[in-house]
Amino acid sequence: MKEIGRYFIFLGNLLTNRESFKTHYKLVVDECILIGIDSIFLFILVSSFMGAVSTVQTAFNLVAPYIPKYVISQVVREMTVLELAPTVMAIIFAGKVGSSMAGNLGTMRITEQIDALEVMGINSINYLVLPKIIASLLMYPMLVVLSGACALLGGYIVGNVTGILSPDEYIYGIRYMFNPFTVTFALIKSFVFAFLVSSISSYKGYYTHGGALEVGISSTKAVTTSVIAILLADYLLAQLLLSPA
Amino acid sequence: MIEIFNISKSFGQKQVLYDISGKFEKGKPNLIIGASGTGKSVLLKCIVELIRPDEGKVFFDNRNFTDASRQEKIEIRREIGMLFQGGALFDSKTVEDNVRFPLDMLANMPRDEKQDRVNLVLNRVGLQGANKKMPSELSGGMRKRVGIARAIVNNPKYLFCDEPNSGLDPQTSIVIDELIRDLTTDYDTTTIVVTHDMNSVMGIGERIMFLHQGRKLWEGSKDDITHSGVKELDDFVFANKVMMAMKEKGQF
Ligand SMILES: Nc1ncnc2c1ncn2[C@@H]1O[C@H](COP(=O)(O)OP(=O)(O)OP(=O)(O)O)[C@@H](O)[C@H]1O
Ligand SMILES: [Mg+2]
Repeated sequence: MKEIGRYFIFLGNLLTNRESFKTHYKLVVDECILIGIDSIFLFILVSSFMGAVSTVQTAFNLVAPYIPKYVISQVVREMTVLELAPTVMAIIFAGKVGSSMAGNLGTMRITEQIDALEVMGINSINYLVLPKIIASLLMYPMLVVLSGACALLGGYIVGNVTGILSPDEYIYGIRYMFNPFTVTFALIKSFVFAFLVSSISSYKGYYTHGGALEVGISSTKAVTTSVIAILLADYLLAQLLLSPA
Repeated sequence: MIEIFNISKSFGQKQVLYDISGKFEKGKPNLIIGASGTGKSVLLKCIVELIRPDEGKVFFDNRNFTDASRQEKIEIRREIGMLFQGGALFDSKTVEDNVRFPLDMLANMPRDEKQDRVNLVLNRVGLQGANKKMPSELSGGMRKRVGIARAIVNNPKYLFCDEPNSGLDPQTSIVIDELIRDLTTDYDTTTIVVTHDMNSVMGIGERIMFLHQGRKLWEGSKDDITHSGVKELDDFVFANKVMMAMKEKGQF
């Protein structure tokens, strides 16, 4: 409970005594590049395979001959847009980007770099953490869109190569009864998850005490706490936005 | 001038500082000496409130820092230059960017002028030409010197140095000590230097505060340090072989 209070105070400090827009602009761009380099390859890899595997497994489960084949890609689409791209990727985002944010801030803490900023009269939370959060909010939704596309492409290729369903059937299924709100929902989720992962990981890193060992512990804790927060938020958002009113 | 009154600090059960008061004057280096682990770094951090003391007050030129508002604290902190024991260089920035950082953040001056200032201070700490190196490529002593350059680049009114010459060879040590003393007299800064190097003490120790296990046991100048009558201080001073040899020759 105390931890949660401290987390909110931490968030409050994000916006007090701000540095200039120009300073932040540069820092945000740097962070965006870091996040991109950190995660883009992994995202493409994981999501293409997930799309491919979902296609094969859905086909395996839909054995009844009277179910048209395009249902397979329709199911893959729903799974990808609603859960695989925003949520599963958020867990990977936490593992890759969140842990490196925590490690980075933890190292700055134990080597007194954060103290050095503070003693210059700079609000280190604003200076160091705000750019990470903004960069995550910018980058993560784009990564989600990218991984959605990769997943659908992965399914397309596998469906085609293994002959599960023809390209025409696949595309037909992808478009069949498409509800654009699911994409909006996925984007809402990705903003929420991006905020949770970046703020929780930064918080854990920022309040590291001790030495190199504790930096490692902070990174691990950042990932576990972020993942729990993602799953809770995922459930709450589904309840809020998807349950029939 | 910085004054501290009755500073105490504990970490959990462990008390590290006991009721320390004192006055640090302008224009001459003020030394804090004592054995390893006696709380010198903690005291320094309590003064600038990187660690919040449990009790006690700090005044910067009669401005109450302890009870100041957040904004006032920031104002005062912008007049501080600090060298940390480990250097605390930003390891994602080059030497030059590290040193220029306080100017970029706090000073309002044209680019060229900043660059001149950076080169000037790098020269003074003997690191000309190291501008583009990354902190990970530097030796321990070089990191220290970059830290000093960064601490002094913005002409601070208050300069804090935590062991400026640990890890340096004796010659560079003297250069750094003299640099700190010259800056202090030239710009009339209030300077506090933490050290356990007897060389520095005998070199620039005109005002010395001796800490032992979290308590202030003595203060005075280098001229009195050898006959203070404080046993713990004698143990500290004469742990140095040169000092001991001089004592045996009857020099004190
Ligand atoms: N953040 C902290 N949490 C708990 N204990 C601490 C903390 N910082 C320092 N201490 C303890 O306070 C005591 C004084 O530490 P300090 O770093 O001030 O020593 P020092 O006099 O600077 O020694 P050295 O000359 O080796 O740098 C030590 O026993 C240390 O374990
Ligand atoms: Mg120390």
